Amino acid sequence: MGTLGGAGLAAAVAASRARTLGMEGERRASQARSSGLPAGGADGDSQGGSAPFPGSSGSSALLQAEVLDLDEDEDDLEVFSKDASLMDMNSFSPMMPTSPLSMINQIKFEDEPDLKDLFITVDEPESHVTTIETFITYRIITKTSRGEFDSSEFEVRRRYQDFLWLKGKLEEAHPTLIIPPLPEKFIVKGMVERFNDDFIETRRKALHKFLNRIADHPTLTFNEDFKIFLTAQAWELSSHKKQGPGLLSRMGQTVRAVASSMRGVKNRPEEFMEMNNFIELFSQKINLIDKISQRIYKEEREYFDEMKEYGPIHILWSASEEDLVDTLKDVASCIDRCCKATEKRMSGLSEALLPVVHEYVLYSEMLMLPEEIGKLEDKVECANNALKADWERWKQNMQNDIKLAFTDMAEENIHYYEQCLATWESFLTSQTNLHLEETSEDKP
Amino acid sequence: MEQAPPDPERQLQPAPLEPLGCPDAGLGAAVGKEAAGAGEEDSGVDTMTHNNFWLKKIEISVSEAEKRTGRNAMNMQETYTAYLIETRSVEHTDGQSVLTDSLWRRYSEFELLRNYLLVYYPHIVVPPLPEKRAEFVWHKLSADNMDPDFVERRRIGLENFLLRIASHPILCRDKIFYLFLTQEGNWKETVNETGFQLKADSRLKALNATFRVKNPDKRFTDLKHYSDELQSVISHLLRVRARVADRLYGVYKVHGNYGRVFSEWSAIEKEMGDGLQSAGHHMDVYASSIDDILEDEEHYADQLKEYLFYAEALTVRTFSLKGMTTKLFGQETPEQREARIKVLEEQINEGEQQLKSKNLEGREFVKNAWADIERFKEQKNRDLKEALISYAVMQISMCKKGIQVWTNAKECFSKM
Repeated sequence: MGTLGGAGLAAAVAASRARTLGMEGERRASQARSSGLPAGGADGDSQGGSAPFPGSSGSSALLQAEVLDLDEDEDDLEVFSKDASLMDMNSFSPMMPTSPLSMINQIKFEDEPDLKDLFITVDEPESHVTTIETFITYRIITKTSRGEFDSSEFEVRRRYQDFLWLKGKLEEAHPTLIIPPLPEKFIVKGMVERFNDDFIETRRKALHKFLNRIADHPTLTFNEDFKIFLTAQAWELSSHKKQGPGLLSRMGQTVRAVASSMRGVKNRPEEFMEMNNFIELFSQKINLIDKISQRIYKEEREYFDEMKEYGPIHILWSASEEDLVDTLKDVASCIDRCCKATEKRMSGLSEALLPVVHEYVLYSEMLMLPEEIGKLEDKVECANNALKADWERWKQNMQNDIKLAFTDMAEENIHYYEQCLATWESFLTSQTNLHLEETSEDKP
Repeated sequence: MEQAPPDPERQLQPAPLEPLGCPDAGLGAAVGKEAAGAGEEDSGVDTMTHNNFWLKKIEISVSEAEKRTGRNAMNMQETYTAYLIETRSVEHTDGQSVLTDSLWRRYSEFELLRNYLLVYYPHIVVPPLPEKRAEFVWHKLSADNMDPDFVERRRIGLENFLLRIASHPILCRDKIFYLFLTQEGNWKETVNETGFQLKADSRLKALNATFRVKNPDKRFTDLKHYSDELQSVISHLLRVRARVADRLYGVYKVHGNYGRVFSEWSAIEKEMGDGLQSAGHHMDVYASSIDDILEDEEHYADQLKEYLFYAEALTVRTFSLKGMTTKLFGQETPEQREARIKVLEEQINEGEQQLKSKNLEGREFVKNAWADIERFKEQKNRDLKEALISYAVMQISMCKKGIQVWTNAKECFSKM
């Protein structure tokens, strides 16, 4: 690296490191304070939307504010039919810890040996209809014990646009870090209705993952825009968005500009080609795995649909058989139970494997971009441990996540087959018992 | 009882050939003669012991299938499959079996045998043949008659057909059946010489007439309803089963793609590489296991199909005169048709004179037919129950294989 660029980069790094350390100090202090909090959690009086849980009147106020704001950048016009407002609301609701203290015991941790102190959930998609557009907001609940937050609980509503804004800010502020991907803006494969339940649910899960990834990142978790995203009321957020980029992001922009101009100067030895190669291959493989996994889900769904018809035919048959009635009815009930087990297996796949694999598809798309590959190469080459750690951390997470997702899938399948086995074995036992009864009756 | 191989003169009665002019008397005679020949009451139940004994004496197997080419009736070259039928007699004392006869037959000869039995034993539920062409296929299964899997299943079906006849108290004693097993050349001519095609029409008329007596037996009406329902429900079941099989095939096979991708991926991963590679292998095992699983299920489907064909035959036999004659006559020569028409004319004249004895013989016929139907019903209940149980056994085996493979895969994944 050239001296000018190097100095600039080093300065930025030093500044962010200082910030991290500063945060650490504050964080530890806040932990000491949090132990004094009552188990019930919410203080209740802060202005940051801490109304406990659903149905709060705050959300309609939010709606009003957002609807009136017509100046926003309409990146993603989410137009769809009004039926979406009658959506089925049984979307996945993760277990919510009830108090900051209880949270500490329940959740598994990503990379922090320290205790996790920020818990975020994304749920309750709601559609909003205005004269010019229709869009969906998601409810975001944050629970934290950190001192820098004014309260220990926050509830806000955000739309996809807001997430895009947040990602943009994070990229600006931390140009050298790997920022988690967002779910796709639009549906890739043709769907009749642009925003059906499946799409919304998939997106919700991905947005939940996005925020949690940020929360779990040692640096990103303390980003100011992130905090505002989680806590600000709608009007507060809009006014904050309108401000120009902050000092740090301006610095980040400079760093980025300088860094990318320097890249042309660097020559690219063999080792960098290796990194390129890895990303390309990884991207290929993860894309294939994504396609295969989606296909498996589709096939399982179609199998399930056919199975639903299979059991009832045996019932129909039993109506015309005198001697086989019980056997046929038992077979029908076995098939139905296996059918239910298949349904469970399918939902396991869509909960665990599919979202994880797809997130890494998005990661790989991002990592494939030339500026990103450059970033990665810098990380690997750079002696700076903080940067290298980010790449190592990402790889480690990737391996863990993939390993876990596939282990879960294997577990689901084992469970499925065990259930079916038990069903058929008990059928067989009952038939054998019946037969023994019958033959013993024949004996004098 | 005799230990020696069946003596055609003593043990088998040639199918009775009643005089052309007395179709009804002929029917009665047929029944009567069989009873007399058996030397015991033809109630279907008492002959069971004789029947089992008969089975012990003879082992029949359709042991091989072979592709042949030859010239057909229109002197065109054709390819067909021939089946080797081996008959063994079992020595009572030491249980050893000795091969007594072995010959080759093709499907059309089996059809001829069956048609003959249908005519001469109208009161018997004659076993059906396996399907001529593959039906209810799920898409990966070949519908080609020359496909080895199809030929194999047909071989089993033909063997089953012969065993069913051999285990039937009345049919097993038929001479034409015996000759089918023992006389390779000239058998077709022998069958045709019985003139059974000519009999078909008259017998059917007589058959039908018995059901037009004053009070048609309610049991036969019920039987018709039952066989209609059975046909309909088994067809439906087989169709859905085929679709389920198709989907299941899809689920298993797509997992095989994991194997390939994991293997390629493992090349670039240092820590995860081994785990990925071995997990991939298990995915391949999983994907390929479906072939055997579904092949086994085809045998289950065949068991159901047999009863579908039984039901079809029952429906036809009981009420459809028209359907029956078309089935029987098939490819008749002009001479045969002429002779048939002549017979019909004679019968119309003479039949009118037989009306008063019709009722009595009709009732005799009904009694014997009903006895066989009872025997058939019991056989059906036993067989279907066994088939359903074997289906459960297949499912259990499939589940156990699944648990095994996924447990192995899980271990590999967790070691990644």
